[in-house]
Amino acid sequence: MTLYSIIFYVLAVIILVSTVLAIIQRFLINAVVYLILSFLATGLLFYLLGAPFLAVLEVIIYAGAIMVLFLFIVMTLPIEQPERRIMETLGQGLPVVILSVISFFIAGILIFEAPGSKISLSTGMATPAAFGQFVFKTYWFPVEIASFLLLIGLVGALYLGRRESKKGSEDRP
Amino acid sequence: MIVPYGNVLLLAIILFLLGALCSVTRRNLLMILIGVEIMLNAAGLAFVGASLKWQLLDGQAFVLFIFAAAASEVAIGLALIVYSQRRTGSVNADHYNRMKG
Repeated sequence: MTLYSIIFYVLAVIILVSTVLAIIQRFLINAVVYLILSFLATGLLFYLLGAPFLAVLEVIIYAGAIMVLFLFIVMTLPIEQPERRIMETLGQGLPVVILSVISFFIAGILIFEAPGSKISLSTGMATPAAFGQFVFKTYWFPVEIASFLLLIGLVGALYLGRRESKKGSEDRP
Repeated sequence: MIVPYGNVLLLAIILFLLGALCSVTRRNLLMILIGVEIMLNAAGLAFVGASLKWQLLDGQAFVLFIFAAAASEVAIGLALIVYSQRRTGSVNADHYNRMKG
């Protein structure tokens, strides 16, 4: 039980508790704020697992950009009645819970029966310079595809979000 | 020494199942999208752990692409939600019953 494993378990508890609290909230604002906490803790976990550049990206993109976008949309949309209960009927939620528990146990058995599952990870660190050189040397083509994906996302969001013209465009977005 | 890789994978699986639970049981479109975000984040966590276990940088590169996919997915998804909210006046998935069939 080293210091690093204690840090890992504390971060895991923070992540799980804040995620559970996020998905059972009835009001969207509370859910988004809990989720920001969860993503910040995930960023710290990335740092612990030796990915400092991805930790920074997690804080900037997930906790910064995506969740702030969610907050904007939640504040822009008109307030409507929150869901009365999280799971409307027992018949709706029960199959999901049962299947989740079954798949969780199967995954746990598979993980801990695998050879070498008792060996702890040693600490390591990929510096941002080495990571950037690796990505742009080995994965330069997927980087281009990702940039096109982001461009398409931008164009699609602009197209869907534009104001409707006055007449004759009822059936077109 | 940190924990074994199985613990990281177990945490990722629990997070993934929580995200799936959120996006299946909730009826609000924004909460469904949040569930998808949680699932993508869990996949990234598993990739980073694997990258440390095998001392290869490929896992971290994949997480970079997961970030790009998540960002564009949430942009398009939120634009679609705003658009359908304008059309139907609600973000509750139960109110999207205009197709009579």
